[in-house]
Amino acid sequence: MNGVHDMGGMHGMGPIAPEADEPVFHEPWEARVFALNRAAAALGKWNIDAGRHARERIAPADYLRMSYYEKWLAGLIMVLEESGLVTHSEVENGKAAPGTPKATPPLRAEQVASLVAERGCFERPVNAPPRFAVGQAVRAKKINPTGHTRLPRYARGNVGVVDRIHGAHVLPDSNAHFRGESPQHLYSVRFSARELWGEAASARDAVYIDLWEDYLEPA
Amino acid sequence: MDHDHQELPSDPALRVMALESLLVEKGLVDPAALDELIDTYEHKIGPRNGARVVARAWLDPAFKQRLLADASSAVAELGYVSQSREHLVVLENTPERHNLVVCTLCSCYPWPVLGLPPVWYKSAPYRSRAIIDPRGALREFGLELDEDVEIRVWDSTSEMRYLVLPERPPGTEGMSEDELAELVTRDAMIGTAKVTLEEIPR
Repeated sequence: MNGVHDMGGMHGMGPIAPEADEPVFHEPWEARVFALNRAAAALGKWNIDAGRHARERIAPADYLRMSYYEKWLAGLIMVLEESGLVTHSEVENGKAAPGTPKATPPLRAEQVASLVAERGCFERPVNAPPRFAVGQAVRAKKINPTGHTRLPRYARGNVGVVDRIHGAHVLPDSNAHFRGESPQHLYSVRFSARELWGEAASARDAVYIDLWEDYLEPA
Repeated sequence: MDHDHQELPSDPALRVMALESLLVEKGLVDPAALDELIDTYEHKIGPRNGARVVARAWLDPAFKQRLLADASSAVAELGYVSQSREHLVVLENTPERHNLVVCTLCSCYPWPVLGLPPVWYKSAPYRSRAIIDPRGALREFGLELDEDVEIRVWDSTSEMRYLVLPERPPGTEGMSEDELAELVTRDAMIGTAKVTLEEIPR
Protein backbone atom coordinates (compact mmCIF):
# COMPACT_ATOMS: atom_id res chain seq x y z
CA MET A 1 0.00 0.00 0.00
CA ASN A 2 1.16 3.51 -0.76
CA GLY A 3 1.27 4.46 2.91
CA VAL A 4 3.16 7.12 4.79
CA HIS A 5 5.35 4.35 6.22
CA ASP A 6 6.99 4.16 2.77
CA MET A 7 9.01 7.30 3.42
CA GLY A 8 12.26 6.75 1.53
CA GLY A 9 13.20 10.00 -0.24
CA MET A 10 10.66 12.25 1.49
CA HIS A 11 11.67 15.75 2.56
CA GLY A 12 10.81 17.90 5.56
CA MET A 13 10.93 15.28 8.31
CA GLY A 14 13.38 17.33 10.40
CA PRO A 15 16.81 16.66 11.90
CA ILE A 16 17.90 13.10 12.73
CA ALA A 17 18.79 13.98 16.35
CA PRO A 18 20.85 11.06 17.69
CA GLU A 19 20.72 10.76 21.48
CA ALA A 20 23.87 10.14 23.51
CA ASP A 21 23.80 7.17 25.91
CA GLU A 22 20.32 6.22 24.79
CA PRO A 23 18.60 3.62 27.00
CA VAL A 24 17.13 0.50 25.41
CA PHE A 25 13.68 1.68 26.53
CA HIS A 26 12.80 5.25 27.52
CA GLU A 27 9.78 4.33 29.64
CA PRO A 28 8.76 1.09 31.37
CA TRP A 29 5.61 0.90 29.23
CA GLU A 30 7.74 0.79 26.07
CA ALA A 31 9.44 -2.33 27.38
CA ARG A 32 6.04 -3.89 28.18
CA VAL A 33 4.72 -3.12 24.67
CA PHE A 34 7.81 -4.66 23.13
CA ALA A 35 7.51 -7.80 25.26
CA LEU A 36 3.74 -8.07 24.75
CA ASN A 37 4.31 -8.00 20.99
CA ARG A 38 6.89 -10.77 21.14
CA ALA A 39 4.92 -12.93 23.57
CA ALA A 40 1.60 -12.50 21.71
CA ALA A 41 3.23 -13.19 18.34
CA ALA A 42 4.53 -16.47 19.79
CA LEU A 43 0.91 -17.65 20.01
CA GLY A 44 1.20 -18.15 16.24
CA LYS A 45 -2.03 -16.41 15.25
CA TRP A 46 -0.26 -14.04 12.87
CA ASN A 47 3.12 -13.74 11.17
CA ILE A 48 5.81 -11.06 11.03
CA ASP A 49 4.46 -9.63 7.77
CA ALA A 50 0.91 -9.35 9.13
CA GLY A 51 2.32 -7.56 12.16
CA ARG A 52 4.15 -5.07 9.95
CA HIS A 53 1.11 -4.55 7.78
CA ALA A 54 -0.97 -3.72 10.85
CA ARG A 55 1.38 -0.85 11.73
CA GLU A 56 1.27 0.35 8.12
CA ARG A 57 -2.51 0.60 8.36
CA ILE A 58 -2.35 3.14 11.19
CA ALA A 59 -3.92 6.34 9.82
CA PRO A 60 -1.16 8.47 8.24
CA ALA A 61 -1.49 11.46 10.58
CA ASP A 62 -1.40 9.14 13.60
CA TYR A 63 1.55 7.21 12.18
CA LEU A 64 3.59 10.39 11.94
CA ARG A 65 2.51 11.68 15.36
CA MET A 66 2.96 8.46 17.32
CA SER A 67 6.24 7.37 18.86
CA TYR A 68 7.65 4.02 17.77
CA TYR A 69 6.20 2.00 20.65
CA GLU A 70 2.84 3.74 20.39
CA LYS A 71 2.73 2.36 16.85
CA TRP A 72 3.65 -1.08 18.21
CA LEU A 73 0.80 -0.81 20.70
CA ALA A 74 -1.70 0.23 18.02
CA GLY A 75 -0.52 -2.54 15.68
CA LEU A 76 -0.68 -5.17 18.43
CA ILE A 77 -4.26 -4.24 19.30
CA MET A 78 -5.17 -4.50 15.60
CA VAL A 79 -3.79 -8.02 15.15
CA LEU A 80 -5.15 -9.18 18.51
CA GLU A 81 -8.66 -8.08 17.50
CA GLU A 82 -8.41 -9.30 13.90
CA SER A 83 -7.19 -12.72 15.02
CA GLY A 84 -10.12 -13.02 17.40
CA LEU A 85 -7.93 -13.42 20.47
CA VAL A 86 -9.58 -10.37 22.03
CA THR A 87 -12.59 -8.26 21.17
CA HIS A 88 -12.66 -4.50 20.75
CA SER A 89 -14.84 -4.10 23.84
CA GLU A 90 -12.42 -6.20 25.89
CA VAL A 91 -9.60 -3.85 24.89
CA GLU A 92 -11.77 -0.84 25.71
CA ASN A 93 -12.68 -2.25 29.13
CA GLY A 94 -9.39 -3.92 29.98
CA LYS A 95 -11.42 -6.92 31.19
CA ALA A 96 -12.19 -10.28 29.62
CA ALA A 97 -15.79 -10.82 28.55
CA PRO A 98 -17.62 -13.11 31.00
CA GLY A 99 -17.21 -16.80 30.25
CA THR A 100 -14.14 -16.40 28.01
CA PRO A 101 -12.16 -19.65 27.99
CA LYS A 102 -8.42 -19.70 28.66
CA ALA A 103 -7.59 -21.70 25.58
CA THR A 104 -4.08 -20.90 24.40
CA PRO A 105 -1.01 -21.79 26.44
CA PRO A 106 1.05 -18.58 26.69
CA LEU A 107 4.77 -18.19 26.12
CA ARG A 108 6.61 -19.17 29.31
CA ALA A 109 9.72 -17.48 30.69
CA GLU A 110 11.79 -20.63 30.16
CA GLN A 111 10.89 -20.56 26.44
CA VAL A 112 12.16 -17.02 25.90
CA ALA A 113 15.79 -17.95 25.28
CA SER A 114 14.94 -20.29 22.41
CA LEU A 115 12.38 -17.84 21.01
CA VAL A 116 15.04 -15.14 20.91
CA ALA A 117 17.67 -17.46 19.44
CA GLU A 118 15.37 -18.67 16.69
CA ARG A 119 13.91 -15.44 15.41
CA GLY A 120 12.97 -17.34 12.33
CA CYS A 121 14.24 -18.62 9.05
CA PHE A 122 12.49 -17.14 6.04
CA GLU A 123 14.34 -19.04 3.33
CA ARG A 124 12.35 -21.84 1.70
CA PRO A 125 13.20 -24.48 -0.91
CA VAL A 126 11.70 -23.86 -4.36
CA ASN A 127 11.94 -25.87 -7.56
CA ALA A 128 12.24 -23.01 -10.02
CA PRO A 129 15.70 -21.63 -10.75
CA PRO A 130 16.19 -17.86 -10.30
CA ARG A 131 14.76 -15.94 -13.25
CA PHE A 132 17.50 -13.31 -13.07
CA ALA A 133 21.27 -13.68 -12.84
CA VAL A 134 23.88 -11.72 -10.94
CA GLY A 135 24.97 -8.81 -13.12
CA GLN A 136 21.71 -8.71 -15.06
CA ALA A 137 19.89 -5.39 -15.50
CA VAL A 138 16.38 -5.47 -14.05
CA ARG A 139 13.60 -2.94 -13.69
CA ALA A 140 11.51 -2.63 -10.54
CA LYS A 141 7.93 -2.94 -11.73
CA LYS A 142 5.66 0.07 -11.65
CA ILE A 143 2.92 -1.42 -9.51
CA ASN A 144 0.75 0.03 -6.75
CA PRO A 145 -0.65 -2.86 -4.70
CA THR A 146 -3.18 -1.78 -2.09
CA GLY A 147 -2.09 -4.53 0.31
CA HIS A 148 1.28 -5.18 1.94
CA THR A 149 4.41 -4.98 -0.19
CA ARG A 150 8.11 -4.49 0.42
CA LEU A 151 8.70 -2.79 -2.93
CA PRO A 152 9.30 0.83 -1.92
CA ARG A 153 7.77 3.53 -4.10
CA TYR A 154 11.09 5.22 -4.76
CA ALA A 155 12.37 2.09 -6.53
CA ARG A 156 9.40 1.57 -8.87
CA GLY A 157 10.10 2.01 -12.54
CA ASN A 158 13.85 2.29 -12.01
CA VAL A 159 16.57 0.07 -13.45
CA GLY A 160 19.22 -1.61 -11.35
CA VAL A 161 21.65 -4.52 -11.53
CA VAL A 162 21.34 -7.78 -9.62
CA ASP A 163 24.17 -7.78 -7.07
CA ARG A 164 23.46 -11.08 -5.32
CA ILE A 165 20.77 -13.70 -4.90
CA HIS A 166 19.72 -14.41 -1.33
CA GLY A 167 17.84 -17.63 -2.10
CA ALA A 168 14.07 -18.06 -2.10
CA HIS A 169 12.26 -16.31 0.75
CA VAL A 170 8.70 -16.06 2.06
CA LEU A 171 6.83 -13.42 0.01
CA PRO A 172 5.50 -10.70 2.36
CA ASP A 173 2.83 -9.58 -0.12
CA SER A 174 1.13 -12.97 0.25
CA ASN A 175 2.09 -13.92 3.80
CA ALA A 176 0.87 -10.65 5.36
CA HIS A 177 -2.64 -11.46 4.14
CA PHE A 178 -2.53 -15.14 5.21
CA ARG A 179 -2.56 -16.26 1.58
CA GLY A 180 0.43 -18.55 2.04
CA GLU A 181 4.18 -18.11 2.11
CA SER A 182 4.52 -18.26 -1.72
CA PRO A 183 8.34 -18.33 -1.51
CA GLN A 184 10.26 -16.92 -4.44
CA HIS A 185 13.78 -15.78 -5.21
CA LEU A 186 14.99 -12.68 -3.43
CA TYR A 187 17.59 -10.42 -5.02
CA SER A 188 19.79 -7.62 -3.79
CA VAL A 189 19.57 -5.06 -6.59
CA ARG A 190 21.98 -2.14 -6.92
CA PHE A 191 20.44 1.12 -8.12
CA SER A 192 22.74 4.03 -8.86
CA ALA A 193 21.88 7.15 -6.89
CA ARG A 194 21.45 9.02 -10.18
CA GLU A 195 18.95 6.45 -11.49
CA LEU A 196 16.85 6.98 -8.36
CA TRP A 197 17.34 10.68 -7.69
CA GLY A 198 18.60 12.28 -10.90
CA GLU A 199 21.73 14.07 -11.99
CA ALA A 200 22.15 16.05 -8.77
CA ALA A 201 23.03 12.85 -6.90
CA SER A 202 26.59 11.65 -6.50
CA ALA A 203 27.82 9.68 -9.51
CA ARG A 204 29.47 7.12 -7.23
CA ASP A 205 26.74 6.39 -4.74
CA ALA A 206 24.20 3.58 -4.90
CA VAL A 207 21.26 2.12 -3.01
CA TYR A 208 20.91 -1.65 -2.59
CA ILE A 209 17.37 -2.93 -2.17
CA ASP A 210 16.20 -6.50 -1.46
CA LEU A 211 13.50 -7.26 -4.02
CA TRP A 212 11.46 -10.42 -4.67
CA GLU A 213 11.21 -11.87 -8.17
CA ASP A 214 7.60 -10.69 -8.65
CA TYR A 215 8.79 -7.10 -8.14
CA LEU A 216 11.20 -7.29 -11.09
CA GLU A 217 11.16 -7.51 -14.87
CA PRO A 218 14.02 -7.70 -17.39
CA ALA A 219 15.33 -4.22 -18.24
CA MET B 1 16.59 15.20 24.58
CA ASP B 2 13.15 16.10 23.33
CA HIS B 3 11.17 13.08 22.10
CA ASP B 4 7.71 13.13 20.66
CA HIS B 5 6.54 10.33 22.96
CA GLN B 6 6.95 12.70 25.90
CA GLU B 7 3.95 14.65 24.62
CA LEU B 8 1.74 11.80 25.88
CA PRO B 9 3.28 10.87 29.20
CA SER B 10 0.64 8.81 30.95
CA ASP B 11 -1.88 7.75 28.33
CA PRO B 12 0.10 4.97 26.60
CA ALA B 13 1.35 3.75 29.97
CA LEU B 14 -2.21 3.31 31.19
CA ARG B 15 -3.38 1.68 27.98
CA VAL B 16 -0.46 -0.76 28.02
CA MET B 17 -1.15 -1.68 31.62
CA ALA B 18 -4.79 -2.35 30.77
CA LEU B 19 -3.87 -4.44 27.74
CA GLU B 20 -1.35 -6.52 29.68
CA SER B 21 -3.90 -7.10 32.42
CA LEU B 22 -6.45 -8.26 29.84
CA LEU B 23 -4.03 -10.61 28.09
CA VAL B 24 -2.90 -12.10 31.38
CA GLU B 25 -6.50 -12.55 32.51
CA LYS B 26 -7.24 -14.37 29.24
CA GLY B 27 -4.20 -16.60 29.65
CA LEU B 28 -2.57 -15.25 26.48
CA VAL B 29 0.62 -13.94 28.06
CA ASP B 30 2.62 -14.81 31.15
CA PRO B 31 4.10 -11.76 32.97
CA ALA B 32 7.22 -13.75 33.83
CA ALA B 33 7.89 -14.27 30.11
CA LEU B 34 7.51 -10.52 29.54
CA ASP B 35 10.06 -9.83 32.28
CA GLU B 36 12.44 -12.35 30.72
CA LEU B 37 12.07 -10.80 27.25
CA ILE B 38 12.77 -7.32 28.61
CA ASP B 39 15.79 -8.50 30.60
CA THR B 40 17.15 -10.25 27.52
CA TYR B 41 17.07 -7.13 25.35
CA GLU B 42 18.14 -4.75 28.12
CA HIS B 43 21.07 -6.80 29.36
CA LYS B 44 22.02 -9.75 27.16
CA ILE B 45 21.63 -8.73 23.52
CA GLY B 46 23.16 -5.48 22.35
CA PRO B 47 25.91 -3.86 20.27
CA ARG B 48 28.63 -5.51 22.40
CA ASN B 49 27.74 -8.72 20.54
CA GLY B 50 28.42 -7.11 17.16
CA ALA B 51 31.55 -5.42 18.46
CA ARG B 52 33.03 -8.81 19.30
CA VAL B 53 32.32 -10.00 15.75
CA VAL B 54 34.09 -6.93 14.36
CA ALA B 55 37.10 -7.30 16.66
CA ARG B 56 37.47 -10.95 15.71
CA ALA B 57 37.29 -10.06 12.02
CA TRP B 58 40.02 -7.44 12.46
CA LEU B 59 42.33 -9.97 14.13
CA ASP B 60 41.56 -13.12 12.16
CA PRO B 61 41.70 -12.77 8.35
CA ALA B 62 40.30 -16.27 7.80
CA PHE B 63 37.32 -15.49 10.03
CA LYS B 64 36.82 -12.21 8.18
CA GLN B 65 36.69 -14.05 4.87
CA ARG B 66 34.09 -16.46 6.23
CA LEU B 67 32.16 -13.55 7.72
CA LEU B 68 31.97 -11.68 4.41
CA ALA B 69 31.08 -14.86 2.51
CA ASP B 70 28.43 -16.21 4.92
CA ALA B 71 27.89 -14.02 7.97
CA SER B 72 25.14 -16.16 9.52
CA SER B 73 27.42 -19.20 9.77
CA ALA B 74 30.50 -17.23 10.78
CA VAL B 75 28.68 -15.46 13.62
CA ALA B 76 27.21 -18.78 14.76
CA GLU B 77 30.81 -20.04 15.10
CA LEU B 78 31.22 -17.51 17.90
CA GLY B 79 28.82 -19.29 20.19
CA TYR B 80 29.00 -16.43 22.68
CA VAL B 81 27.24 -14.05 20.31
CA SER B 82 24.11 -15.90 19.37
CA GLN B 83 22.76 -19.14 18.03
CA SER B 84 20.37 -17.15 15.91
CA ARG B 85 19.52 -18.25 12.42
CA GLU B 86 19.25 -14.60 11.39
CA HIS B 87 19.89 -14.03 7.69
CA LEU B 88 22.91 -11.81 8.14
CA VAL B 89 25.13 -10.05 5.58
CA VAL B 90 28.29 -8.21 6.66
CA LEU B 91 29.40 -5.24 4.56
CA GLU B 92 33.06 -4.21 4.65
CA ASN B 93 33.99 -0.54 4.77
CA THR B 94 37.24 0.42 3.04
CA PRO B 95 38.98 3.74 2.34
CA GLU B 96 37.14 3.80 -1.01
CA ARG B 97 33.73 2.48 0.04
CA HIS B 98 31.37 3.32 2.89
CA ASN B 99 28.28 1.24 3.71
CA LEU B 100 25.22 2.62 5.49
CA VAL B 101 22.18 0.61 6.64
CA VAL B 102 18.58 1.84 6.82
CA CYS B 103 15.05 0.46 6.76
CA THR B 104 12.89 2.97 4.89
CA LEU B 105 9.67 0.94 5.32
CA CYS B 106 9.83 0.17 9.05
CA SER B 107 12.68 -0.54 11.45
CA CYS B 108 14.46 -3.74 10.34
CA TYR B 109 17.76 -4.04 12.20
CA PRO B 110 20.12 -6.92 13.11
CA TRP B 111 18.86 -7.56 16.65
CA PRO B 112 21.12 -10.54 17.53
CA VAL B 113 24.29 -8.52 16.93
CA LEU B 114 23.14 -4.96 17.73
CA GLY B 115 20.13 -5.35 20.04
CA LEU B 116 17.13 -3.09 19.56
CA PRO B 117 17.57 -0.05 17.31
CA PRO B 118 17.94 3.50 18.66
CA VAL B 119 15.07 5.97 18.26
CA TRP B 120 16.78 7.89 15.46
CA TYR B 121 17.15 4.73 13.33
CA LYS B 122 13.36 4.16 13.53
CA SER B 123 12.51 7.83 12.99
CA ALA B 124 11.08 9.52 9.91
CA PRO B 125 14.06 11.88 9.46
CA TYR B 126 16.59 9.03 9.11
CA ARG B 127 14.31 6.67 7.18
CA SER B 128 13.41 9.37 4.66
CA ARG B 129 16.83 10.95 4.15
CA ALA B 130 19.43 8.17 4.38
CA ILE B 131 18.77 6.98 0.84
CA ILE B 132 18.28 10.32 -0.98
CA ASP B 133 20.92 12.32 0.88
CA PRO B 134 23.30 9.93 2.64
CA ARG B 135 26.10 12.48 2.76
CA GLY B 136 23.86 15.07 4.40
CA ALA B 137 22.52 12.47 6.84
CA LEU B 138 26.05 11.41 7.78
CA ARG B 139 27.05 15.04 8.38
CA GLU B 140 24.39 15.14 11.11
CA PHE B 141 26.39 12.42 12.85
CA GLY B 142 29.57 14.47 12.40
CA LEU B 143 30.86 12.24 9.62
CA GLU B 144 32.07 14.01 6.48
CA LEU B 145 33.06 11.67 3.64
CA ASP B 146 35.23 12.68 0.68
CA GLU B 147 33.45 13.01 -2.66
CA ASP B 148 35.55 10.18 -4.07
CA VAL B 149 34.31 7.69 -1.46
CA GLU B 150 31.49 5.52 -2.81
CA ILE B 151 28.52 5.33 -0.47
CA ARG B 152 26.40 2.19 -0.58
CA VAL B 153 23.12 2.51 1.27
CA TRP B 154 21.37 -0.77 2.11
CA ASP B 155 17.59 -0.57 2.45
CA SER B 156 16.50 -3.52 4.63
CA THR B 157 13.33 -4.39 2.75
CA SER B 158 13.50 -8.16 3.39
CA GLU B 159 14.40 -10.45 6.32
CA MET B 160 18.06 -10.14 5.34
CA ARG B 161 19.89 -8.13 7.99
CA TYR B 162 22.94 -5.97 7.40
CA LEU B 163 25.92 -5.25 9.67
CA VAL B 164 28.75 -2.90 8.69
CA LEU B 165 32.31 -4.05 9.30
CA PRO B 166 34.05 -0.73 9.97
CA GLU B 167 37.67 0.00 9.12
CA ARG B 168 40.14 -0.79 11.86
CA PRO B 169 41.63 2.52 12.99
CA PRO B 170 45.37 3.14 12.85
CA GLY B 171 47.21 2.99 16.17
CA THR B 172 45.47 -0.17 17.32
CA GLU B 173 48.25 -2.59 16.43
CA GLY B 174 48.93 -5.01 19.26
CA MET B 175 45.56 -4.50 20.91
CA SER B 176 43.72 -7.56 22.19
CA GLU B 177 40.33 -8.67 20.89
CA ASP B 178 38.65 -7.31 24.02
CA GLU B 179 40.42 -3.95 23.71
CA LEU B 180 39.43 -3.68 20.06
CA ALA B 181 35.83 -4.62 20.80
CA GLU B 182 35.69 -1.77 23.31
CA LEU B 183 36.38 0.72 20.51
CA VAL B 184 33.59 -0.50 18.22
CA THR B 185 30.42 1.55 18.55
CA ARG B 186 26.89 0.71 17.52
CA ASP B 187 26.84 3.60 15.06
CA ALA B 188 30.01 2.34 13.36
CA MET B 189 28.22 -0.97 12.72
CA ILE B 190 25.21 0.86 11.20
CA GLY B 191 27.53 3.01 9.14
CA THR B 192 26.83 6.44 10.66
CA ALA B 193 30.27 6.64 12.32
CA LYS B 194 33.83 5.46 11.94
CA VAL B 195 35.77 3.74 14.67
CA THR B 196 38.42 5.98 16.20
CA LEU B 197 40.71 5.65 19.18
CA GLU B 198 39.05 8.68 20.78
CA GLU B 199 35.50 7.47 20.17
CA ILE B 200 33.03 8.29 22.87
CA PRO B 201 30.53 5.42 22.69
CA ARG B 202 27.00 6.46 22.00
